[in-house]
Amino acid sequence: MTKLTTFASPSRRGVLKGATAIGAAALVTPWGTPLRAQPVRGGTLRVGMAHGSTTDALDPGSWEADFMIFQAHTRNNFLTEIAADGSLVPELAESWEASADAATWTFTLRSGVEFHSGHIMTAEDVIASINHHRGEDSTSAAAPIVADITDMTADGMNVIFTLSAGNADFPFVLSDYHLPILPAQADGTIDPNTQDGCGPFRIAELEFGVGARYERHDGYWKEGLPYFDAIEQIVIFDDAARQNALISGDVDYIDTADLNTVHLLERAPGIEILSVTGTQHYGLPMDTRAAPFDDVNVRMALKYGINRQQLVDTILNGYGSLGNDHPIGPGQRYFNTELEQREYDPDRMQFHLREAGMESLDVDIHLADAAFAGALDAGVLFAESAGAGGINLNVVREPNDGYWSNVWMQKPFAGTYWGGRPTEDWMFATAYAEGVPWNETYWSNERFNELLTSARAELDDDLRREQYFEMQQIVSDDGGIIIPMFAAYVGAYSDRLARPEQVASNWRNDGHRIGERWWFAS
Amino acid sequence: MSHILTMIAQRLALGVVTLFVVSLIIFLGTELLPGDFAQEILGQSATPETVAALRERLGLNEPMHIRYLGWLSDIVRGDFGESLANGQSVADLIGGRLVRTLELAAYAAAIAVPLSLMLGILAALFRNSFFDRFANASALSSISFPEFFVAYILIFLLAGAGGAFPATAINISRGDPTFAEYLHVAFLPALTLTLVVTAHMMRMTRAAIINLLSSPYIEMARLKGMAPMRIIVKHALPNALAPIINVIALNLAYLITGVVVVEVVFVYPGLGQLMVDSVAARDMPVVQGVALIFAAAYVLLNLTADVLATLSNPRLVHRR
Repeated sequence: MTKLTTFASPSRRGVLKGATAIGAAALVTPWGTPLRAQPVRGGTLRVGMAHGSTTDALDPGSWEADFMIFQAHTRNNFLTEIAADGSLVPELAESWEASADAATWTFTLRSGVEFHSGHIMTAEDVIASINHHRGEDSTSAAAPIVADITDMTADGMNVIFTLSAGNADFPFVLSDYHLPILPAQADGTIDPNTQDGCGPFRIAELEFGVGARYERHDGYWKEGLPYFDAIEQIVIFDDAARQNALISGDVDYIDTADLNTVHLLERAPGIEILSVTGTQHYGLPMDTRAAPFDDVNVRMALKYGINRQQLVDTILNGYGSLGNDHPIGPGQRYFNTELEQREYDPDRMQFHLREAGMESLDVDIHLADAAFAGALDAGVLFAESAGAGGINLNVVREPNDGYWSNVWMQKPFAGTYWGGRPTEDWMFATAYAEGVPWNETYWSNERFNELLTSARAELDDDLRREQYFEMQQIVSDDGGIIIPMFAAYVGAYSDRLARPEQVASNWRNDGHRIGERWWFAS
Repeated sequence: MSHILTMIAQRLALGVVTLFVVSLIIFLGTELLPGDFAQEILGQSATPETVAALRERLGLNEPMHIRYLGWLSDIVRGDFGESLANGQSVADLIGGRLVRTLELAAYAAAIAVPLSLMLGILAALFRNSFFDRFANASALSSISFPEFFVAYILIFLLAGAGGAFPATAINISRGDPTFAEYLHVAFLPALTLTLVVTAHMMRMTRAAIINLLSSPYIEMARLKGMAPMRIIVKHALPNALAPIINVIALNLAYLITGVVVVEVVFVYPGLGQLMVDSVAARDMPVVQGVALIFAAAYVLLNLTADVLATLSNPRLVHRR
């Protein structure tokens, strides 16, 4: 289970194992003193990253992997920002307010924000940047999340968004990494291949699949930030090479530590492990239209047939927490605390099988490690535990290459991962609402869809909480996905680096904002 | 000598035909892979609308012979095209990486070729001795292990705490290393490649020489009382050169085309990873560009091997 753990003392090379940074409001020592010293300026941060492909591109609509998401937060700013504690704070927008039905939003922009090119941000830049993802011929991966915007108008430094329906969480949407603010051209569009931005660092060198170098943007509007003079982002695919680079001092920080050897890395002198559990989760979606998964009893039998604790212990090596078959993380605002944790139970499996009119069941599950690291091993463990309850699970090994186009949402039972979304509504609307493109279980539940619409426009907190609690219950009991675990983001860094007490858990790398939030200990 | 020039011209012309056939095979092969660029690049976040829009924008809806001919006519005009993924020119993408790959290949070859020739000659000289067996056994075991394993062993022995060499080649892409720095940083990748290719060349040298040692003219030399080393170097080696040159050429081509594992382990930014990424994303212009470079390397090295083998044989040089 997830526990809120605090560091015992600043010197301890401890592990923030399973800690949930969202909600851990005050990570202070037992003596109540702040953990870290005052930040200082200077130094070049060298980051080793496990991802980065020669096919990465500058177009924000194409961003989907860590190399570019990191760059997005290093080079760019967004209208809103998710703070380390998971709350939403202003970034390029100074403030915002909604109409009573939450369908019209007025954002007031910060004035005097300077791009690397010297251009000063205007409302036109914001509109052009969002428009890049909208429209019929949009090739942007963010097209679905801006589909609700029907109109945008500029009024001085105000931008007024009109939505097709109320959305109380709309300001969260604008913090999405696909939606950086870029300078508008004369024709009112952005150049998607621009290297400009108004974030803390400017691009000095960039070679896709190899790395990038950034230099401090001296005109950055956030007072005193960033602390580093420069950042080097280096792609190191190989787990051993990445850890070697950290230990030998070639890099100061690695974004991903290999879970199989992290306990060894932990013992290396001068190395600290950073582990945060947020919204990233691994799942096994079933096509709820296809037999036998169209029977809710079969789905329940499978949900009781997976040994969650075993998966967290072996596949995640303990760096994660148990999932309860719904996608809301324990640190999120409306996480259902009353829902009983589902356990492995062969008797209940058999009960549900009998309810479905079966003695035993043979099913195939299609997996590849592209779905999530360790998916095939997880499948084998699942088959083992499900066998005791009368389900013969056959693990079909699929190629990693082409997994997302040929297996996921094509085969009736497969594997998936989600980085998660910062709000309940966003997550549910992305993958659980009826008919949306990423509804990977093809699931449709009338009550759920009703609640989704009403909760979205609900501005009363208690009523919203009640509705989201019920939705988590419905997904857990009726939904088509088994979510056995929430996986922590596990990275490591040299003790030359210093970090704020609280580290964000919405993404790796302190919400990918390590560049403006961390510094070198003097 | 003129017939050698004729041969070179003929072989170059054939080489161009080979490149054409290779590009056709690569194109068809990539077409056969499931999924296309639009699906692969959007991955999990693909929706039918964005996939369709991306195909439309990049012209992927055209029939495949039209796309191939379009690419071919650009190539003939010397235009490698642009990457589908990020619009960068393929020539730019390949350029810097090709230089780094060639540098590493040259470095490895500069160690491997003299080393394996020497070991091969010594093994032939002292054949069936302890030295011969030891050289054979160690060369064969280093070729039998996967490259990444050899690399990890070298890192363990020569890098890490107190080691003399860096465990990764990260510093190569950082600034402009001097020649001496380069030799230092790229030593472990070059040594790994050396260990992988040495066995082949060494054993071919040894076998080719031993094969000749039973010939009457060698026996004559031996009867004259010539020293064994002199017999091998002066009399046997020149006649054994043709097969040795061929094996060296094949291994040099391997050093250029087959080093992706070594690149990944040592974080060396060469061509191999570019090829792997582009195939995974079905980024056709880049795949084709890199494939042409690889094919050209094979063609040119084989041509060089044939020319050298011909030159090493007086009967072929002074044909009547």
